[in-house]
Amino acid sequence: MSILLLFSAGFIVEKIILISVLFAITLGVAAYSTYGERKFAAFFQDRLGPDRAGPWGILQPLADGVKMFTKEDFRPNEAERWLYILAPGAFMFVACMTSAVIPWGTQLTVFGTPVDLQVADLNIGILYILGLSSLGVYGIMIGGWSSNNKFSLYGAIRASSQMISYELAMGLSVIAVVMMTGTLSLKEMAAQQAGFNWNVWYQPLGFLIFFICSLAECNRAPFDMAECETELIGGYHTEYSSMKLGFFLFAEYINMFISSAVTATVFFGGYNFPGLDPNWLGGFMGPIVLFAKVFFFIFVFMWIRWTIPRFRYDQLMHLGWKSLIPLAIFNMLLTGAGVLYFGK
Amino acid sequence: MTLAIFLTLAVISVITALLMVFAKSPVHSVLYLILTFFTIAGQYVLLNAQFLAVVHIIVYAGAIMVLFLFVLMLLNLNKDTEPQKSAGWRLAGAIAAGSLLVTMVGAMHGSIQIAGTEQSNPQVGLVENLGKVLFTDFVVPFEIAGILFLAAMVGAVLVGKKDLKV
Amino acid sequence: MQSLTNRSRNVVNKKMNFWERIYLVAIFKGMWTTLKHFLRVMFGKSHTVRYPEVKRPFAPVWRGWHVLKRDEKGAERCTACGLCAVACPAEAITMTAAERNKGEEHLYREEKYAAVYEINMLRCIFCGLCEEACPKEAIFLTDRIVPSDYARQGFVFGKDLLVEGVEPEKRIDVSVRQKHIQEKKWAAEPAH
Repeated sequence: MSILLLFSAGFIVEKIILISVLFAITLGVAAYSTYGERKFAAFFQDRLGPDRAGPWGILQPLADGVKMFTKEDFRPNEAERWLYILAPGAFMFVACMTSAVIPWGTQLTVFGTPVDLQVADLNIGILYILGLSSLGVYGIMIGGWSSNNKFSLYGAIRASSQMISYELAMGLSVIAVVMMTGTLSLKEMAAQQAGFNWNVWYQPLGFLIFFICSLAECNRAPFDMAECETELIGGYHTEYSSMKLGFFLFAEYINMFISSAVTATVFFGGYNFPGLDPNWLGGFMGPIVLFAKVFFFIFVFMWIRWTIPRFRYDQLMHLGWKSLIPLAIFNMLLTGAGVLYFGK
Repeated sequence: MTLAIFLTLAVISVITALLMVFAKSPVHSVLYLILTFFTIAGQYVLLNAQFLAVVHIIVYAGAIMVLFLFVLMLLNLNKDTEPQKSAGWRLAGAIAAGSLLVTMVGAMHGSIQIAGTEQSNPQVGLVENLGKVLFTDFVVPFEIAGILFLAAMVGAVLVGKKDLKV
Repeated sequence: MQSLTNRSRNVVNKKMNFWERIYLVAIFKGMWTTLKHFLRVMFGKSHTVRYPEVKRPFAPVWRGWHVLKRDEKGAERCTACGLCAVACPAEAITMTAAERNKGEEHLYREEKYAAVYEINMLRCIFCGLCEEACPKEAIFLTDRIVPSDYARQGFVFGKDLLVEGVEPEKRIDVSVRQKHIQEKKWAAEPAH
């Protein structure tokens, strides 16, 4: 009851503007991630990548978008009609919702009024992100199932079991950080890591586990079992075409952006960098630093994709259940002992 | 405004729950049940229990229902292969569910008074307070529940072992 | 068997030690390798040739679209002797000979010329035996690529597509190819 009473007109307008800007930035970053992916992939393979649309090919995402929109929208005859249409939308929707709790900076001064650079300061921010990342799999599952194609179904089933397995290790690695910082709110977590006091120095193992799991949660290579071009012809989106396919691919890039942002916020100090006060430039320094970190992590995601070959399915399950989860539990115990001993 | 949100959520949750029961395809049932869970999570948020809401989504919508969906997709139950239940089974099901409903209503009836008085503290559902209560007042039931989960996990590992020698 | 390169290794099924088992070292080594490639393309030179703007020169051994050469005065060199057609293993060349009339000396160098000269580009295997057989240095395979077409008939190239133009700018330079053939002929003859 009390949370609803806090809403005032100015508050709502401020949040709507913030959400719109964030939404636009998210889509823009995702669009240019596709360009970046193709360009980086080319560079890693001694090629040049797309360079025809505009200088250095920077208009390539627009061309891709036009292509996606104008292609024939094909629907299999035996597909579950509504679910088939719903799935890409659900995937995209969940992907876009996650950015709400990430603190993009401290405060921005616009027209003399301070604006918090966070859409919602939930006191359970990190749990919100874990929850939504576990919901992301529904889009894949519904899409794969409703296509009425065995390869799609395989992709969907692989995606779901992979998500469930890696969520556990991810949650356990986050719990260690939560034990250390004593808060579930991402805003407080970022604020505690001022300067160079980043969580990754205290939780290197936790970071490693979290990062591997976020690769798996984003369905990125080497964990792209859900797509698996070579075995499953594209997995859950085999039967999708046109912008429905575009939504699936786009949402994956949004997921990558968000998980990079979460990694940067939880482990790498968020908007903090030694020597750079996040309040500089009227508060714009924070977002600049955070976005630099996010782009670095997106680069690492792509770097890994174009270096490491895909796991076999049983190797994936072994890694998840027999290595990462015990390691995460060990890390949790270690952190608990550390917190008890040092009284952090 | 709170009442309006509550009513919307309540109506949606009842409708989706009914759709869950009456849906022909089991996969549709599961999807409707997920919607029901979301509306219930919304009710938790209205009661200031954000932690409970998120945990509800993570555990029920995010994990358990994914497993349900997973199993249903693997079994590939559809209208053709679903065994037809006879009228006797349906009657038995209705009676069992009806008696559960009666029990639930009876239990709720006794507890409504208590729930009304506990409403005073708006911070009651936050993580900190919940944690403090769990680890002080309710520490014994909490630990017993933990042991129960551990036992379930050990049991699952045992069942999952391939060559089990008893 | 002797290995062709000195990079081959024998496979050993030894048990992996701790560092090998956690794979991280191998992963970082692999990532360092790809990063080197990345940086090389990003800041150095890439091997890519941007095709429509930049074209790589063809090698002298390249054999493409044939040309029937003219001499310095613009007369066709071909005398329709038929040696190329005889040499052709794919039987892609056909021709009809005709006698040169008076007043056509500026058109045809020899007294006999090819009234019709056709190469079926679908039959042609671009082996280059025709240019080796030619006693008049009239036919050469050039570095032009035979364009694609939708109909089979379009691949039967007549004189309109084979004979080079009279004007200096329409002449097709075959000097590299000519030199290459000449060197091959010299190498074949033990006297040189």
